[in-house]
Amino acid sequence: MAAETIADRKAEVWARLQTVTDPELDEPVTDLEFVTRADVDAQNRVHIEFRLPTYWCAANFSFLMADDMRRAVSDLPWVSAVDVVLGEHMYADKINAGLAQGLSFQQTFGADADGDLDDLRRTFLVKAFQRRQAALLAHLIAVGYAPEALVELSLGELAVLEPDQTGARLVARYLERRPVVSAALPEALAFVDAEGDPLQVETLPTYVRALRRVNVNAEFNSALCRGLLHARFDMETPFTPRGVGQTAEPSNAAV
Amino acid sequence: MYRTASGEEIFVIDGHTHFWDGSPPNQKNIHGKQFIECFYAYHSNLSPPAEKWSLEKFEKYDAKTMHDDLFIHGYDDMAILQPTYLTDFYKAGFNTTERNSALKKSHPDRFILNGAFDPRDGNKGLEELHAKAEKYKLKGVKLYTAEWRGESKGYKLDDKGSYRFLEAAQKLGIKNIHVHKGPTIIPLNKDAFDVGDIDDVATSFQDLNFIVEHCGLPRLDDFCWIATQETNVYAGIAVALPFIHSRPAYFGHVMAELLFWIGADKILYGSDYGIWTPKWLIDKFMAFEIPEELTKETGSVLTMETKTKILGLNAARIYDVDVEAQKKKIRAGGGYAHLAQAAE
Repeated sequence: MAAETIADRKAEVWARLQTVTDPELDEPVTDLEFVTRADVDAQNRVHIEFRLPTYWCAANFSFLMADDMRRAVSDLPWVSAVDVVLGEHMYADKINAGLAQGLSFQQTFGADADGDLDDLRRTFLVKAFQRRQAALLAHLIAVGYAPEALVELSLGELAVLEPDQTGARLVARYLERRPVVSAALPEALAFVDAEGDPLQVETLPTYVRALRRVNVNAEFNSALCRGLLHARFDMETPFTPRGVGQTAEPSNAAV
Repeated sequence: MYRTASGEEIFVIDGHTHFWDGSPPNQKNIHGKQFIECFYAYHSNLSPPAEKWSLEKFEKYDAKTMHDDLFIHGYDDMAILQPTYLTDFYKAGFNTTERNSALKKSHPDRFILNGAFDPRDGNKGLEELHAKAEKYKLKGVKLYTAEWRGESKGYKLDDKGSYRFLEAAQKLGIKNIHVHKGPTIIPLNKDAFDVGDIDDVATSFQDLNFIVEHCGLPRLDDFCWIATQETNVYAGIAVALPFIHSRPAYFGHVMAELLFWIGADKILYGSDYGIWTPKWLIDKFMAFEIPEELTKETGSVLTMETKTKILGLNAARIYDVDVEAQKKKIRAGGGYAHLAQAAE
């Protein structure tokens, strides 16, 4: 019975981790294969281990992901403690010590750290909003929705739009990030820009094109990160760096 | 020199090459080991299988190997040597102007030797810049704004300290400022690899050219916006280019965006040797076309004329290379002997 409970709880932990994204890539840290372990002990303490594509990945992003994982898992009512450990990173010791003591990024990295991570988190939530919006708008236009109607659509109307299956998935993803830019009340406009302002019919094509750059950029990062992770680690046995001199398999994970 | 099927000669200037020593005897610490291994991961992940090197070769290659890879097996006519000091990780530095100068000395018509500076070095750094500019007749520098140093997590080009160095560079005739705004090289914070500081200095220093290496990836979106507004901002496509093999559709997107936003006159080819080699990169680039659908949307086309600009003419313009005169010099030095043999 106890074993079953722990297995269930582990599954709950993984489900929570699924909600944590790499801020740059806007993809779950689990899908990216960053998380290598998520254990629950008899005292309901959670132990998470993760790794990143390079030894050099930005310390603030690394810290932010660890912090997001801790927050997400702490939301589970039965959790008594969470520790998150980063492996194989230039600042692994420093980051792990900071995490273990519950310090902020700033406290961990001293006076030169540029503020807390909230601004950084917001910057990338806005980019994620833009990417998801660009994908949804492009799709809705392609399947025949008129730009005139889209710019006036309310959130309430978008939620019941019932486009095709692809559209439904894009709507759900977009709605997750829509509150990032302004209050997502049902009567509010569904599509607004990063400042929360309405979109204009005349400039909609240019606007969607500009957002595409955000997407092209993110795609580059995603391909590079996945590729480097595969070049660096033997993905079958987590936390094992590839042997020196061993040629890595070309990655096709990013295709 | 690249020759098209119809016999047209395309002069190639490789905007981004390195002559490094990342081998274990030169590694100062674990960071040195991890650094070269990270480069190697880029190499092995994005190269076609047949172009992959062993780690041992990758860690340290000799001058002849580099010369032949660029100019004999590859299509480069000239190459710009961009330094990367990393003296915290490597005993004699990783890829210094001093080390690179040996190549320039033995092949003066082939190489353009660039320097480096770091505003955090203050007056001592300014003195060194003066000395090196004079000694090596520098026309360009490579900067890493995101480099962590001690407690500092990088600097910005629009800092007061940076202005002093840019003013000095301008006086010394260094007019090409290559700035690494690309994938992480050392853990860095968002500000340091933000491309926003380029905007400010490009406006303040109209006589300088700012070449944003790796076209701001992973910040392409922000970069395109800045580059459209400034006439003296360029995009170096090293690191973006090898995607032409593993993800050609994606590479098409990058080129379409760059051509749409900043135009054909502002894009510079770079192999990033020894991470990648010119032969396969240029073979694929010359055969590449932007997919029709993207062209319809952006109006961007990779015409022969555009390719010629990207591969050499743009760099020739900002480095004052007279292409015809340079070809004559290289030919007189026997640099094109292999082409004649191949033609026979």
